[in-house]
Amino acid sequence: MDILKDLFYTKDHEWARIEGNSAYVGITEYAAHSLGDITFVELPKPGEALKQESYCATVESVKAASEVYAPFSGKVISVNSQLSSNPELVNQSPYDKGYFFLMELSDPAEKARLMDAESYRKYTEGLSK
Amino acid sequence: MLEDPKLQKTPLFQQHQKLGAGLAPFGGWLMPIQYQGILAEHAHTRQEASLFDICHMGEFMIKADPVSSGLDRLVTQEIVSMPFGSCRYGFLLNNEAGILDDLIVYRIGLSDWMVVVNAATVSGDFRHLKENLSGGSVLEDVSGRMAKLDLQGPRSREVLEGIVGARAGELKYYTFSEFKIFGSQSCIVSRTGYTGELGYEIYIAVNYAERLWETLLSGGIVKPAGLGCRDTLRLEMGYPLYGHDLDEKHTPLDAGLLKFVDFSKDFIGRDALEKEQREGARESLICFQADSRRSPRHGFTISDGGRPVGRVTSGSFSPSLGTGIGMGYAAGNYDPGALLSVGDGKLEIPVRVVKRPFLKKTSLNGIGVK
Repeated sequence: MDILKDLFYTKDHEWARIEGNSAYVGITEYAAHSLGDITFVELPKPGEALKQESYCATVESVKAASEVYAPFSGKVISVNSQLSSNPELVNQSPYDKGYFFLMELSDPAEKARLMDAESYRKYTEGLSK
Repeated sequence: MLEDPKLQKTPLFQQHQKLGAGLAPFGGWLMPIQYQGILAEHAHTRQEASLFDICHMGEFMIKADPVSSGLDRLVTQEIVSMPFGSCRYGFLLNNEAGILDDLIVYRIGLSDWMVVVNAATVSGDFRHLKENLSGGSVLEDVSGRMAKLDLQGPRSREVLEGIVGARAGELKYYTFSEFKIFGSQSCIVSRTGYTGELGYEIYIAVNYAERLWETLLSGGIVKPAGLGCRDTLRLEMGYPLYGHDLDEKHTPLDAGLLKFVDFSKDFIGRDALEKEQREGARESLICFQADSRRSPRHGFTISDGGRPVGRVTSGSFSPSLGTGIGMGYAAGNYDPGALLSVGDGKLEIPVRVVKRPFLKKTSLNGIGVK
């Protein structure tokens, strides 16, 4: 299972790639794989204010629907509009073409509450046992 | 994964592990849900052919005169006139006309029958049959000795012919025959299924299950498919699933399945069913389609203009249609085209009532396939 080195991770399997004062957000390969084939993604609206660890999106697979939580607080800058017609991008390319949205970070220090790649790897290994 | 010792494993369990299947409990069994993915397996079944491990389902062998034994009275379909080598789909009802199970009756000979039932209902069905069959009849649960492999898809016939012989390809819909395979091993093949495609269900002694599984997959045309896509395939056809869309609280009238009930003869539950017909069904099983990719889910409330009118019993994304689809019981009459919504309080999905099946064109009738 791919876990990228330069990203930050949550316990609910979201990832964030920080670029300056903003971050790309998506769900990890671990999450995409355990959900199975993803058939629908409901994204927040550009401009919407998100709060760290609060609901921000829904992903539906053939099997079930799951909620996605914001890794940071801040405003949504833009969303990945490809996902409305091609939600399978989340399975195919969870860290790149299947990203969910780009957000502005109101408090980059919130990253203290996130895991780095190494901690996330250990965390997922613990879950698989 | 922690393994629940109470869960049963099919004779193909090691094959599933070897293929890296995702496994989950179903009807008391640890069953393969998916191998490469539900969407890919769904598409492969609709376009090529797939193989399903259905060993969890139950089989009973019965030796009984259909009338004097009470067997004909046990099922809603008339079985006395069934030709040898034919199958018939029907229900076991309780005295209140509630559905105890849906099943397929196979007529092997004058007084020889095989009955195929759902996994979770094997012991209940067996008791019900035992209690209602006369002393002279023989009822045997052979589920533990018999494997069931479903070969389904437009290319299933050519694959079957290559392994079982050309005669197997001549089977008509809802007929079956006994064949020899691997030299002298006998198996029963019926042209039946739960996917809506041209397909066959193969019954063979459990010690031959792995060999048959590997042989069917060896040609490269057939791929393994799990219960995940079996569910999306059957739902697209509007086929009900026992325990979800059918249960003891609902009758064949509620489920809109009276065409599998023969009122020209007696059957257990008939009086209650006729009474319900006179008084009108309290609720009916309806099919509905979302206008988006959002999936109705089992347990969602069905609402009519914000007023709750029923409950979703099956729901999923339809890979063939690209929208959410579902079935559920609703109080009141809803004709195709009626606009309703389904949801769980947080989410509300607009849906339109449609006629079953959701998917109209398949290879089921075998026309235009090899």
